Amino acid sequence: MNTKILKYVVLDILQSRFVVAYTLLLFAVSVSLFTLEGNVDKGILSLLNVVLIVVPLLSVVFSTIHFYNSYEFIELLLAQPVPRLKILMSQYAGVALSLSLALALGMGLPIVLFAYGEVGLSLLASGVLLTLIFTAIGFLSAVLTRDKAKGIGIALLLWFYFAILYDGLVLYILFSFSDYPLEKLTLLLVSLNPVDLGRIVILLKMDIAALMGYTGALYQQFFGSVLGILFSLGIMVLWWTLPISISSLVFRKKDL
Amino acid sequence: MRIIDYIFIGLLGLFFEKVQAIDIQVGPATHHKSLKAAIAQAQPGDTLCIQSGLYREGNLVIDKSLTLIGEGEVVLDGQHRYEVLTITASNVTVMGLTIKNAGKASLSDLAAIKIRGAQGVQILHNRIEKAVFGIYFEKTQHSRVIGNEIIAQHTNAQSAGNGIHVWKSEHLYIANNRIEGHRDGIYFEFVDDSKVLRNHSEGNLRYGLHFMFSHRDDYRHNVFVRNGAGIAVMYSRQVKMYHNQFRESWGNASNGLLLKEITDSEVAYNYFEKNTIGTYVEGAVRVNIEHNHFHANGWAIKLRGSSYDNVFRYNNFTGNSFDLSVTSSIVQNEISQNYWSRYTGYDLNRDGKGDVPYHPVSIYSVVVEEVPPSLILMRSFTMDLLEKTEKTIPSLTPEKLVDAQPLMKQLPL
Amino acid sequence: MIAIQDLHKRFGKFNALQAIHLQMEMGQAIALIGPNGSGKTTLIKCLLGMVLPTQGDIRFEGKSILHQHLYREQIGYMPQIGHYPGNMKISQLIAMMKDLRKTQGTYLDEELLLAFEIDKIAHKPMRTLSGGMRQKVSACLAFLFNPKVLILDEPTAGLDPLATEILKEKIRQEKQKGKLILITSHILSDLEDIITDIVYLQDGQLQFYKTWLRLQNETGEKRLNRAIAQVMQNQTFTNHPLKKNLYEYQNS
Repeated sequence: MNTKILKYVVLDILQSRFVVAYTLLLFAVSVSLFTLEGNVDKGILSLLNVVLIVVPLLSVVFSTIHFYNSYEFIELLLAQPVPRLKILMSQYAGVALSLSLALALGMGLPIVLFAYGEVGLSLLASGVLLTLIFTAIGFLSAVLTRDKAKGIGIALLLWFYFAILYDGLVLYILFSFSDYPLEKLTLLLVSLNPVDLGRIVILLKMDIAALMGYTGALYQQFFGSVLGILFSLGIMVLWWTLPISISSLVFRKKDL
Repeated sequence: MRIIDYIFIGLLGLFFEKVQAIDIQVGPATHHKSLKAAIAQAQPGDTLCIQSGLYREGNLVIDKSLTLIGEGEVVLDGQHRYEVLTITASNVTVMGLTIKNAGKASLSDLAAIKIRGAQGVQILHNRIEKAVFGIYFEKTQHSRVIGNEIIAQHTNAQSAGNGIHVWKSEHLYIANNRIEGHRDGIYFEFVDDSKVLRNHSEGNLRYGLHFMFSHRDDYRHNVFVRNGAGIAVMYSRQVKMYHNQFRESWGNASNGLLLKEITDSEVAYNYFEKNTIGTYVEGAVRVNIEHNHFHANGWAIKLRGSSYDNVFRYNNFTGNSFDLSVTSSIVQNEISQNYWSRYTGYDLNRDGKGDVPYHPVSIYSVVVEEVPPSLILMRSFTMDLLEKTEKTIPSLTPEKLVDAQPLMKQLPL
Repeated sequence: MIAIQDLHKRFGKFNALQAIHLQMEMGQAIALIGPNGSGKTTLIKCLLGMVLPTQGDIRFEGKSILHQHLYREQIGYMPQIGHYPGNMKISQLIAMMKDLRKTQGTYLDEELLLAFEIDKIAHKPMRTLSGGMRQKVSACLAFLFNPKVLILDEPTAGLDPLATEILKEKIRQEKQKGKLILITSHILSDLEDIITDIVYLQDGQLQFYKTWLRLQNETGEKRLNRAIAQVMQNQTFTNHPLKKNLYEYQNS
């Protein structure tokens, strides 16, 4: 019974063809970036933006829309002897699994073929984590309101905030208070944004040489050890479970 | 290269033959049980053939031209108390010995092998383990250090010494040595006209190579890996550094290569990879930095105050976090015809040089100089946006630091 | 079997259900009647746990259903408008429902599947179905697992006359097996020969809960729609006496 619903959710998603298109898109983009740039490093750099901007956007939008489109299915299931939480979790797991799989195939395959290595794999890991997180954020947006347009609006706003706006604000703060020691604050600020954490996971592999050059003892410790990666991953897992937990709480009391 | 060394020794042997030198066998199974006694009895020009065995004879002073050759496993143990070999005579050759546990003293620098005021000394194919100072030259000329392994596991730079330490010497030839785990791998102070070739210096606490006030020296084909602060070359003239590899010097004060107050020198065909700073240039004048490859460094080059008339030409810059970072007013340095992997211009007339000039100092590197914690925003959308804006409307990056003829293709180096 | 105790449901400021008390037992076929927006569907959704009550409790075989799900094994539900995953074919939908609900020893009642000749349209995706065909599928699913309780929300709406008759016959059969059947319908004539009891809701309040026989006697009408119409005309009563009515009924 546990995975039965999940099975149908995944089947449903596959039939919608979005995920197939997403996989092909990622594959085409990755392969062309690797081959057209003529330089694997440049390809990786371009893929970094895909992972940090495009993957969260598509994850959050698709999961929100999917949730609204699945209202029928959810209603049908609700009249059956199935616990509510399992319905939500199966929906989430189905979407997260499909999108992660799409990423693993669409981007993972080209990475393994063209740029197999620590940087490529950290890129992929970061992409999967961001998929999980932004799918969770999409579900939260959808669970919060019954109005589809409003839900998608919330999802897009959250994406814009995390992926685009946030770092600008951090930079503004850093400039405004540049007379103060800001390492701890900066570390805290970036922890509050999953996209930044995803970026740092990749940086720790890609630009470790530059990161080690920062004079702050805190950064040194952070970047110099496994601690940095564990910390980033840990906070990312929090970013993943938190929206899902809130969604569950809301969904548990929601009238459908 | 070892063959050449042997030929050299062979020739040396021929030379000694003529003055009727004799071979003295030393070892537990021979007439001479004590190395110290054998040295005392030997005449200048004699050769001591030392048989396998463990020799604990405190400090051995070689004050006449002898050749010491280890035959088999010859271990000289300093028991952490003694300087093992002190060479005060010229034309001494020490070969094939293993010297362990040289001592340490608070007032003087004890070494595994110390050479004082001599000439024509050869230290060949020895293994030095757990010494504070490995091979130590003082006021010595025309000597060779070839094929030695100098290995220690120091963890504290204060209590550690240098692998090869040279002070006030000239015309040294230091080649094919491997130095690990000391404070500085190779240390030169007032050492002129010397050659440092094909050495491997790895995991030393401070500098892989450290030299000051040393002129007309030549450094080629050396490999420097994971040394605490990289390589430091300071207060010197007419230095030549070719075909060296500088790799993985990480840390806030770590440079692949530090050039400080260097004039009229050449840095060419070197490879810099994964250093926090590939090359740190401060107070350099008329230094040609050409045909080098800077790959995956934090900063490929940091250029600091009062550096002028330097030339950066025909280098490859690939995958560095920052290509070039400068302080406010760096002028009169030539940057031209380098390959920059970040360059996105075009080449309409197909002459291999981009038609749009390349500005190697990115706005982001300027921002990081200003507000160091913003380092953590590297490769974020905000920074990309900033760079793109700056590229369209330059306002903060130095206008004059520009490669007007950036290469379209990587140079084969 | 089902006991609704002091059930309130508020959507924002709107009181969808207020102080509903109902006791329903096996063998009853209850018509849930009321004007549009009177709270019928909300009440049903409360029974199914799709809508959570603001106040009060619903007990199924003596146990509260709040945040429970297993009791739904005993319920067959036919929604007013069947919402199904559009990409799924009928055959897949039915297979899935069997997959999800069938436990060992469940008797599968496929009578309606046969009667509606579902196998002939089984390959069609749900989104291509007309309202009536959708209703047929909903009906089949409601009866498929031979549940003790059937909740049918406007079962005959959109069905052609033949299908309506088939469905009514099926409901009648199930009633005779002693099941509890709860039906809402606007087409009152469809119900009058099936039902045993009538629940009348208005503005979220329970107006009365009587046996069909008693209502016939009180109104002197044999036709359900006329009986109801008469009741609606005589609406001078307030809430409280009716609640009394309920208890009288329960105690009788």
